[in-house]
Amino acid sequence: MGKILAVTIILIAILSAVPIVMHTWVAPADVSVHGHLIDEQMAETMAEAGIAFLAGQILLGLFIWKFSDVKPGARIKNFPGGAMGLVIGAFLLVGTEVLALGVFGVKAWSEVYFQPPAANAMPIQVQAGQFAFYFRYPGPDGKFGPIHPELINEGTQNLFGLDQDHDPASKDDIVTAEMAIPVNHEVHLLMHTKDLGHSFYVPALRVQQDFVPGLDVTLHFTATKVGKYEIVCTQLCGLGHYNMKAYLDVMSQGDFDSWLKQQAANQ
Amino acid sequence: MATTVDKPADLEQRGDHLRRASSGNGGGLVPAEGRLPSVEDRSPAASTGIWVGLTAISMTFAALTSALVVRQGASTDWQRFTLPSVLYFDTCILLASSITLELSRRRFACALGGLRTSVAGAASWLYLTFVLGMVFVAGQYVAWLQLRHQGMYLSTNPSGSFFYVITAAHALHVLGGLGGLVLVVFRMSKSTLRRSTLDIASRYWHFMDVLWIYLFLLLWFKM
Amino acid sequence: MHDAPAHAVHQHAAPTSFIRKYVFSLDHKVIGKQYYGLALIAVLTGMVLSWLMRLHLGWVNLKIPGLHLLSASGAPGDVMTPEYYLQLMTMHGTIMVFFVLTTAPFAAFGNYFLPIQVGAEDMPFPRFNMMSFWVTFTAFLVLISSFFVGDGPTLAGWTQYAPLSAVGAVAGPGQGMGEVLWASAIAIFCVGQLLGSLNFITTTLDMRTKGMSLWRLPLSAWAWFITSVMGLTAFAVLMPACILLILDHVAGTSFFVASNLVINDQLQPHSGGSTLLWQHLFWFFGHPEVYIAIVPGMGVVSHVLIANMRRPMLSHRVIVYSMGALAVLSYMVYGHHMFVSGMNPFSSLAFSFPTLIITIPSTILVLIWIGSLYGSKLRINTASLFALGFISLFISGGVSGFFLAQPSIDIMLHATYFVVGHFHLVMAVAAIFGIFAGSYFWFPKVTGRMMNETLGKVHFWLTFVGAYCIFMPFHYLGIAGNVRRYQAFVDDYLVGLIPLHRFITVAALITGAVQLIFLYNLIHSGFRGEKAPLNPWQATSLEWSTPSSPPPFDNFGGRHVVVYHDPYQYGIEGATDDYVMQDSPAQIQSVRDEK
Repeated sequence: MGKILAVTIILIAILSAVPIVMHTWVAPADVSVHGHLIDEQMAETMAEAGIAFLAGQILLGLFIWKFSDVKPGARIKNFPGGAMGLVIGAFLLVGTEVLALGVFGVKAWSEVYFQPPAANAMPIQVQAGQFAFYFRYPGPDGKFGPIHPELINEGTQNLFGLDQDHDPASKDDIVTAEMAIPVNHEVHLLMHTKDLGHSFYVPALRVQQDFVPGLDVTLHFTATKVGKYEIVCTQLCGLGHYNMKAYLDVMSQGDFDSWLKQQAANQ
Repeated sequence: MATTVDKPADLEQRGDHLRRASSGNGGGLVPAEGRLPSVEDRSPAASTGIWVGLTAISMTFAALTSALVVRQGASTDWQRFTLPSVLYFDTCILLASSITLELSRRRFACALGGLRTSVAGAASWLYLTFVLGMVFVAGQYVAWLQLRHQGMYLSTNPSGSFFYVITAAHALHVLGGLGGLVLVVFRMSKSTLRRSTLDIASRYWHFMDVLWIYLFLLLWFKM
Repeated sequence: MHDAPAHAVHQHAAPTSFIRKYVFSLDHKVIGKQYYGLALIAVLTGMVLSWLMRLHLGWVNLKIPGLHLLSASGAPGDVMTPEYYLQLMTMHGTIMVFFVLTTAPFAAFGNYFLPIQVGAEDMPFPRFNMMSFWVTFTAFLVLISSFFVGDGPTLAGWTQYAPLSAVGAVAGPGQGMGEVLWASAIAIFCVGQLLGSLNFITTTLDMRTKGMSLWRLPLSAWAWFITSVMGLTAFAVLMPACILLILDHVAGTSFFVASNLVINDQLQPHSGGSTLLWQHLFWFFGHPEVYIAIVPGMGVVSHVLIANMRRPMLSHRVIVYSMGALAVLSYMVYGHHMFVSGMNPFSSLAFSFPTLIITIPSTILVLIWIGSLYGSKLRINTASLFALGFISLFISGGVSGFFLAQPSIDIMLHATYFVVGHFHLVMAVAAIFGIFAGSYFWFPKVTGRMMNETLGKVHFWLTFVGAYCIFMPFHYLGIAGNVRRYQAFVDDYLVGLIPLHRFITVAALITGAVQLIFLYNLIHSGFRGEKAPLNPWQATSLEWSTPSSPPPFDNFGGRHVVVYHDPYQYGIEGATDDYVMQDSPAQIQSVRDEK
């Protein structure tokens, strides 16, 4: 039965690797400027993890095969190099591998988090709340009016709690249920949550960031391909969590300008 | 080649301190007057055990400390207030109780070692410790009343919230320590008190004292 | 009196009444069995919950007959509501992590076997030990009671992130009473575990019999000791966190709830609290907790494998040091659960490095296990099959950690099924395999009977293959961006993944059903199993030298055990047996083992 176990382990390992190698299930195609760094990091990690996975399972299977049906007179032997050899091997192979991954991964992370947004990045505010995302554009004055939480009213659709009578900056703010952005133009996303923890995830854009109640977090990214993508919530926020989403519409600059004008007119 | 044979040695056991009285009375119960009690002490498990317990308690208060620090930094709503004046008095009380407990513990050790004939002195200091401990807990309650008088309730402000939570947690552990002292008093009166029991009860009590000093300073600086 | 034995420890006499023998027992062996029984009830409950979840995920509008009896509001017409899915999911996670994975490998096996393996008659604080079980059991009851109150259990996941967990019923069903019951149950659980850790640590340090130095302890004993130190420090942090959470909930404090939050158009009364504070406190506990779940399994698996390889590990000390390194590092890595939480991105990088480094001791363990197989005389039986399966599963689960340890990759994989696949492989499968290996190995000692080998092997094969069928696909789902904690998949890019979910559901139902074979084997063999020899595996550690199976009340029948050998003296040549027991005075040449 040891031999059957050995074969099973190796077979499971190989079968598990097949969908990865065949790219049966993959992330949506990358439409961002920084995403290739993440994808490269992922590919490198997959290769190294894949080798470690297969090597480990195959070695385990091989030794089970070889030593599970030993003749009665056989003597116990030690693995060549002994424990010290294996410890050193672990430090050298795995240690250097993971440190390399860590060091190279810093670049992808810092592209997202340590670079400031470009000077001409378009500011857009997203507000997450049970169970929808809403978006706000600052309008021609380029300023977002203050949020008055006590004025938030779903009934009258005052979703951001704006006081357009008393706050001049709010007068030209444009509130939408869909996020449209121009292609190849950096966006500076200001993330605000109305009630509790949510998260902003757009797989195609290679961004995911939690909202923090009481702390406005920001993100910046640039989309490189026109199209419609889904923004989904990934931080458990209640019964409607599975359904909490919005569309990200990446358009040409011309189309975006028209869209924004249309939205302003509808306020 | 590793051989692993030990010659069976004699039965002197590590950690087993058997002290025998010179009187003919065997292992255990003696009336408090006139005779030297003999004590059979346990293995060091009780001593290790109290350190284990104190470690856990330290981690709990470390968690509360870091929660306090993070919460204070998270927002600008931290409202400072005057520490209730009774706390200064209470701190002295707790320090005094540690002194009285030490006096009791040493007298008991002397009685066991044959330098005294009775444990009556040890018992008196022990009762005093217990009383001081009760005064301390009562003083904590007075502190809460004083704070309420200032208008600071549990949910009024995060500073007050931490004050109540931290002092309540400490007071609860002091009550546990008082329970331990009651056990010691009970056993002393029945002459079944082991030296190690009083030692570890003292260790716990002194730790509550040291912990209080730390918490008091924390509250003093932060509130 | 003057001839009092060197170990004056047995503080309690053998009980006579039924209550004292089986209910409020001070005997560590009974307490161990009680914990095992609790874990069994918990795992069956958790498994049924997982079936309900998987059925719903495959077929969202499925009528599950009788579900309305469990909750009329949660399943009107027997169709699960979205909130009820989340409530079942929360209870599944909570029950499994706390009442199965902390209870069985550590409290159940450890309570039963640690004292025996160190050569003691019992733990030094039997009353605290008894209390630890009953406190844990009370915690279980308090948690389960949330199924039957108001609008049911909390739906905030076993991680209970604030403010969802802290603002109260306004956030959703189950967030009122259900939430308070959850936090109370867990706080009570912490107390129980602290009492347990107290006994484990003092037993290992102070109750070892003559000749039992620390380096002569079996690897299972080391694992329980290391785990108990982690438990002491981790649970002592979770407890105040739960208390602060309860206060936010019932007393209007704002530890975790920020200002200006609006739910249902109502401005919430809290202000200034820190969302991330909860996460830091929770994960400071949470990461060591997962090592608390796996390290005992590593010890048990090592112990079982050695007996079945007929040789000690390539290096006994390296295994101990590696388990210790895992424990120490486990406190430094917790921020990897918070990479995209809004925490300072520099902190994310800082946490990622120890997380990557923790792969080194994990790798060393796997390599030593595999390296010890080389040149061994491996015996295949159910216990060793589960032990070998553990190694395979730990490789699989561990390797997916490479991805999650990197913040940049976590941007894509956080909160997806990749994470769920990772932790299920290591916790739900590998750790459970450790429990199974221990069960099959030690059953003869606990009951005096053998479990049925054929049923055991069937159980192993179906579970091993079945578990991979369930959890390997989770990784593919995660790579495709499948978000977790969704009760249904309505997003455009997720709809195409539903067929894979259905495959998983079928695998889960079958593999779950297979566990009934184990249950049957356990119970049937307990009454009708073949009588077991005293040392059926020809093993060397002290539990196999008790005079009877089950061991007598004081474990060794009044004999004062003296230990003469290292724990794993196998491979003895030129003797009738190829092993010598730890307490055998025989002078032998042992097999070469590196220190």
